[in-house]
Amino acid sequence: MNAAMLRLIALRLALGALTLFIVAALVFTATELLPGDVAEALLGQSATPAAVAGLRAALHLDQPSWWRFCLWLGGLLGGDPGVSLVNRLPVVVLIGNRLPNSLKLASITASVTVPLALLLGITTAMWRGSRYDRMVGMAIIGIVSVPEFLIASLAVLVFAVKLRWLPALAFRAGPQDFWAMMRLLAIPVGTLALVGIGQMSRMTRAALVTVLESSYVEMARLKGAGPLRIVLIHALPNALGPIVNAIALSTSFLLGGVIIVETIFNYPGLAKLMVDAVSTRDLPLVQACAMLFCAAYLALVLVADVVAILSNPRLRQR
Amino acid sequence: MREHEIGSDGLGRREVMRMLTASGMAAAGSGWLAGPALAQAPKRGGTIRAAGYSSSTADTVDPAKQTLSTDYVRCNMFYNTLTALDGNLAPQPELAASIESDRATVWTIKLRKGVTFHDGKALTAADVVYSLSRHNDPKVGSIAKPLAAQMVEIKATAPDEVQITLSSPNADFPVVLGTFHFHIIKEGTTDFTTAIGTGPYKCKEFTPGVRTIGVRNANYWKPGKPYLDEIEFFGIPDETARVNALLAGDIHIAGGITPRSTRLIKAQPGLAVFETPAGVYTDLITRLDAPVSGNLDFALAMKYLQDREQMRDAIWQGFAVIGNDHPITPSNRFYNKDIPQRAFDPDRAKFHFQKSGIGATAIPIVVSPAAAGSAEMAVMLQEAGGKIGLNLEVRRVPADGYWANHWLKSAVGYGNINPRPSVDILMSLFFKSDAPWNESAWKDPKFDQLLLAARGEIDFARRKQMYGDMQLMIRDQSGIGIPLFNSYLDGHVTGLKGLAPIPVGGMMGFNFAENVWLDA
Repeated sequence: MNAAMLRLIALRLALGALTLFIVAALVFTATELLPGDVAEALLGQSATPAAVAGLRAALHLDQPSWWRFCLWLGGLLGGDPGVSLVNRLPVVVLIGNRLPNSLKLASITASVTVPLALLLGITTAMWRGSRYDRMVGMAIIGIVSVPEFLIASLAVLVFAVKLRWLPALAFRAGPQDFWAMMRLLAIPVGTLALVGIGQMSRMTRAALVTVLESSYVEMARLKGAGPLRIVLIHALPNALGPIVNAIALSTSFLLGGVIIVETIFNYPGLAKLMVDAVSTRDLPLVQACAMLFCAAYLALVLVADVVAILSNPRLRQR
Repeated sequence: MREHEIGSDGLGRREVMRMLTASGMAAAGSGWLAGPALAQAPKRGGTIRAAGYSSSTADTVDPAKQTLSTDYVRCNMFYNTLTALDGNLAPQPELAASIESDRATVWTIKLRKGVTFHDGKALTAADVVYSLSRHNDPKVGSIAKPLAAQMVEIKATAPDEVQITLSSPNADFPVVLGTFHFHIIKEGTTDFTTAIGTGPYKCKEFTPGVRTIGVRNANYWKPGKPYLDEIEFFGIPDETARVNALLAGDIHIAGGITPRSTRLIKAQPGLAVFETPAGVYTDLITRLDAPVSGNLDFALAMKYLQDREQMRDAIWQGFAVIGNDHPITPSNRFYNKDIPQRAFDPDRAKFHFQKSGIGATAIPIVVSPAAAGSAEMAVMLQEAGGKIGLNLEVRRVPADGYWANHWLKSAVGYGNINPRPSVDILMSLFFKSDAPWNESAWKDPKFDQLLLAARGEIDFARRKQMYGDMQLMIRDQSGIGIPLFNSYLDGHVTGLKGLAPIPVGGMMGFNFAENVWLDA
């Protein structure tokens, strides 16, 4: 089992590297295709032809694009993702400033969302068809249908502006103690959790229901196993694959896709960093962010697959 | 004040302007000194959080790269300019102790004594030469290159004296030196990860796209200033989020709010709206070279049809100043107050409209969200026009691509013009016969002559006379209608004192940091 597992992981890592390369090439080409370049973006209204040419030369933008791509790739392989064209800061520093924020938001949100979603998913699957199941289902579909900017804005209006219980911005200078941080992040985490819980709990319920209807669960029930034992010991391990995958997808979204929440709460995370980079055509930064999101996504999906295999007795035995 | 000197070098008459005593400027006064804000003695101490309206990795503390209002605010915390514009847009001395010129072409700047940078180094002429010269280096990529190009020679003539030679006379040069891109930095500075200037605050933290923190510069050369111990400044690009942060008590001042939000802010105790009447305007353009509508009578008919009071109250909720169809605001020191205010006058409009001979032909008027308020103003014109037989057709186009595809191309339409630091720059850009942005295709050689003559005229009264004549010419002969100047609006807590308008922009001309104090 171990050898097969390791072979699978190695293969996936190799494919992942290839995917990263393809994504890098695509992002590079797409950014090159966007109208204007960093010199024009920086100069704005005062972009006279002479000024643009001068700045382009200073930023080495006058070299052919394939050569710049090779230079960038070489640098990345050597561990140096380059320097931002816009403010001349190393990309590592820029990302280093934001990554901890994004990780913090993502991990807190995940630690709230995953247990809640599992609880809701499992209980609705156990009591499927009951009044509880229908009410939870309706509430979840209702929440998922509301765009997150509306949830976030309403939450700010009620809890920050009217009641003044919580701050409207999610970021403060200086070190924060645990409770201060919880207060700052309460509304953004709540907003993201509401969005994430829906998808995860519905996936959990669907996967579990399929298993619970199967004949071996019926067998277990006939043997006299209690409902909790049936769900946790017999059914859940077989349903874990799709559940873990849903969790992985939601979590990778939390790392780079939360631009709306970052905007509304003025939270300096990676999503805003990448949007800035695209709007100023700052290629090294765009590339680095894209690589990071892609790598995180691939890693999470890989972990999900490994967990699914390990948890499934049939796959595990092979 | 104008002095005549016989130079020892036998150059003959030398025109000297001493900015400290220049009568024109002193008489114009600085509005904010007289404001009620200073009636109360400023208090020392306290920390505030301030939010502007943009934030990105392009945030900078490199004076040459400043593009957005947030860059101006940030750089004004750390640097000074040689001159600064006051409430009437007149230049006042800052790091320059005096500025003199020889026929507005060779300018000699004496530096203030005893000014030090944040690291303790004394300010010298070499720093000024470096700070100004770098704008002409294409590798720097300076935004101010077009303005800097007129400086053909910049040299230190003494440890505290700099001499600048211009390619042609420009009496507004002290104003040019007061634009933020000409902030003074230390000689040889190339690293802008932090800011070392002579300004009121020292840079404690600068993270592009996140925040800037300034701590009080105890050695600041303006006695007593600044009043605050620390300022945290950051951008909240979303206006709703910015206003909510103010309402929730997270910040002390929110820059750039819309008229819509003012009611929310005023309704909450402890909050107030700070209005800066400024030179931003959305102007009605009647191109004089268009086939049917291109005649002065039609343009005048349109100008008389503008109900300015109604536009101000309905579109801008009162936060605007009535304009007189020329681009100079009443607070400008060159404003000609003898020109009668043009009023809403359907009879005069009808007279000119009939003279134009257009009749019932439908005239399209192009509007877009790109020109703020243009759709609303055009609808008002359309309604008023219907009553005198003028058939206007409002044509709405999207903001995206408006400036490239419609502006300067539509026979009748709207533009939106931001304030410029000097009358000369404004008129040269938008009203000179051969200006690329001559919006109404208005050509008048006499106007061009006046513009050139005024540029080299050092005498304030004569210059004011020339600019006054030019305002009248624009009002009566060009195809431009300027009904209103909209104000910049900021929201703040009432405990934040010392705010007074400087019409360069919002947040006290982007320089609130050194002037405000907390009254807890």
